[in-house]
This record gives sequence, structure tokens and C-alpha cells, in this order.
Amino acid sequence: MSPGTAVGQAVTWLNDPLNWTNPGGILDRLTEHVTISAAAVLLGAVVAWPLGVWLGHSGRGGAVVLAVSNVTLAIPTLALLTILPLTFLGFGQRPVIVALSVFAVPPLLANAYTGVRSVDPQTRDAARGMGLSGWQLLTRVELPLAVPYLAAGFRTAAVQVVATAALAAFVNGGGLGQIIAAGFGLSIAVGGGQVLAGGLLVALLALAVEGLLALVQRVLTPRPLRRAGRSGDGAVTAGA
Amino acid sequence: MSLRRLEDAANPWVSWQYVHDNADSILAALREHVTLTAEAVVLAAVVAIPLAVVAYWFRPLSGPILALSGVLYTIPSLALFAFLAPLSTDTGLVLSALVMYALLLIVRNALTGLRQVPAEVRDAAQGMGYGRFARLLRIELPLALPGILTGLRLATVSTVALTTVGVLIGHGGLGQLILGGFRNNFYRAPILTGTVLAVALALVLDLLLAGAGRLVTPWARRGRR
Repeated sequence: MSPGTAVGQAVTWLNDPLNWTNPGGILDRLTEHVTISAAAVLLGAVVAWPLGVWLGHSGRGGAVVLAVSNVTLAIPTLALLTILPLTFLGFGQRPVIVALSVFAVPPLLANAYTGVRSVDPQTRDAARGMGLSGWQLLTRVELPLAVPYLAAGFRTAAVQVVATAALAAFVNGGGLGQIIAAGFGLSIAVGGGQVLAGGLLVALLALAVEGLLALVQRVLTPRPLRRAGRSGDGAVTAGA
Repeated sequence: MSLRRLEDAANPWVSWQYVHDNADSILAALREHVTLTAEAVVLAAVVAIPLAVVAYWFRPLSGPILALSGVLYTIPSLALFAFLAPLSTDTGLVLSALVMYALLLIVRNALTGLRQVPAEVRDAAQGMGYGRFARLLRIELPLALPGILTGLRLATVSTVALTTVGVLIGHGGLGQLILGGFRNNFYRAPILTGTVLAVALALVLDLLLAGAGRLVTPWARRGRR
């Protein structure tokens, strides 16, 4: 089949309103995709942020952060997605959310750690000199200064999770990937267009989340800090 | 509950019997995985390092080059395989997708490495009469090696993990074992065997590259990651 016909079929498929509104149609899958991704990123943040901030505050554990990112990078997403449903988590969305949150942890953790760590030591000394306790130092000085980093980590993690969530279709976990998987299940003459359309939807969603969160990150970053840019970004990303 | 326990006994995660009986197909999957990973990383390096040099020489181009590889990197792997699937379903397809993902990691790290060459060193080289290419080959690229190696290591580890997704079009190396087990009535032994082999492969390749890196950059014993 030539690529041209596949594109034509994809457009036709996307133009059929029933493909959007049917049960298990695009709107259902989109909702699932966003719900799963949001839950996974939030779960990851609940675990990774306190840990990263605490490690950064106490100035220890750089090796831990590095080890976590390296090991999670080496675990195939597909492996966790297939293993977890066979454990006590059972089938459905729960194991998918847990699996995805594992991959959200490294960028969240690394950026939280770097953010707190990179607070100017002089600022920290000044705060200490003003009589702030360790807790006050953390909540009033270090955390506000680390917000750009936290936002950058959140963005990296969210984009990665949205992209990876498509793989949940392999284990029937829902999300836009199901459209692609269903397309592969059909004969290529019919399915080619649907596969392409599904791919297009997933890619657009990932790019939209990236753009949206870039905007949020910019708004959250105080003006003087904006030049710092996205850091800790290159260390721990996996496109999958 | 007892039913579940019975099921657990009949379907263990670790089964030497399985490994023994299926040694051939496991080795074939491993071989495909290693081949795909090696080819992808080498191809990506061949494309990415010249790109990094171009971005280094012509500063205005570095923005677009990084942005383009960044967009390629953001496209979900499943979507990419879906785009390419109508074209063909052979290993070349998996390979090209893997190359696209490895590209960004290598370009970004190589560029960082090149930019870390101290200005004095470059001036000294120029003063000694090095031309642009001689300076690149003899001074800048060797000094950027730690950055390039970081990129290669990250690319290798993530490519090993990503190759499993190729199972979508039937060429996923160890991914074939993992998904095959899942689809074959949740047969656990192949799932865990494939996973352990994939993680081990990633760690071994990472160690090998780290060792090679130490050998070729004896001056950077305490180098950056």
C-alpha cells in the first residue's frame, strides 16, 4: 500500500464523527489517556518531590538520584506494563498508572534535587544569619527558588508520560494507543488509515502538552530567573 | 485465593525449564536486540556528531538543529511506528525509528562537549597555525570526547529499552519474549526472562562504553558524567 492511500484513509477515518463519539471512540480514549497520564505524573510527584527536596536540602544523596535515573532508564516500559498486571495490582488502569509513574520519577527527582541544591550558598547563609530554622529555610528560601526547576521537571515528566501512555494499549490498558492497536488488528487495507490517525492523535497530544506546560513553566518562573532555562533536562529523559 | 495460589505455582516468574527448552528462540531474540541496538547507536552517532559540529561552527543553526531533534524525540514511539508501519514492516523500520530517538541525546551532549572546549585552548591552536578542520579533529573533538561518550551511553541504554517497542511490527528483539509471554495466556517465564536480559544488556553495554571512555580519555579521570 502506498503511503498516499494511508494518509487519505487516515483523513477519512478522522472525518467520521462516529469515530469520535462512539463508545471507545477518540473522545473516550482521549479522556482515558489524559486521566491515566495525570494520575501517573501526580503519583510520581508525590513520591519524587519530597524525596528530591529533602535530599537537596540535606545535601546528600546525589549518588541516589543518579542511580535511580540510570536504572529506570534501563527498564523497558513494555516490561513494567506487562509485569505489573500479573501482580497483586490486577488488570486495568491501576498497573498502567503505577508503571508510568515509575518513569516519571527520574526527571521529577533530579530536578527537585538540582533545584534545591543550586540555591546560592550565600543566600542560604544569609537566611541562616537572619535566624531561620532549617524548616523555615526550606519553605521560605529554598523551595521558592527551586520552583523553576520543579516546573521543568514536571514538564519533562508529563510529556514523557503522555507519550509513553500510548504503550498501555499493548496490555489493553486504555488510552489513545488503543486506536493504533485496534488498527493493527484489522486487515492492513482498512487498518492502515486508523493506525496512522491514532499515531497522529498521540503525537499531537504530546506536542500540545509540551507546548502548554512550557507556557505554564514560563509563567511560574519569576522574571529574573527566566534565563536559567530548563536544567537537569538532558540527564534523564527517555522517549518512549 | 487458593485458585490464585495454584495458578502461581503452575506459572512461575522464574523457570529454568523454560530457559532451557527455549534457548534457541531466546538467543535469537537477544541477537536481534543487540544487532538493532548497535546499528541504531552507530548510525545515530554517524548522523549526530556531524550535526553537532555544524551546530558548533554555525551558532545560528544550533537552535533549529536542537529544536528539530527535540520534536522528533517528543513524538511517542508508538505513534512513530504507526506512521512508518504503512511503508513496510521490516527491521529497517524499527532501526530508523530508534535512530531518530538516539539522535537528540547524542547531538545535545556532543554539542555541550564541544562548547566546553576552553577559548584559550582554541586560541592557542589557532596561533599554532591549525586550520578549522585540523583544529576540530586534533583539538576540539578529543576534548569533547567525555560529552560525546555521555551521549552515546544515554543513547545506548535508552535504545535497549526502546527496541522492545518494535514488537508492534514484529521486530522487537527481547520485546518479542515479553509481549509474547503476555499474550500467551500471561505466561510469566518469558516475560521475566526478556526483562532481565534487556536490563542486563543495557547495564553491560553501559559499562563497556564507560570502560572504553576511560581508555580513550586518560586525562579526564574525574570527568563529568
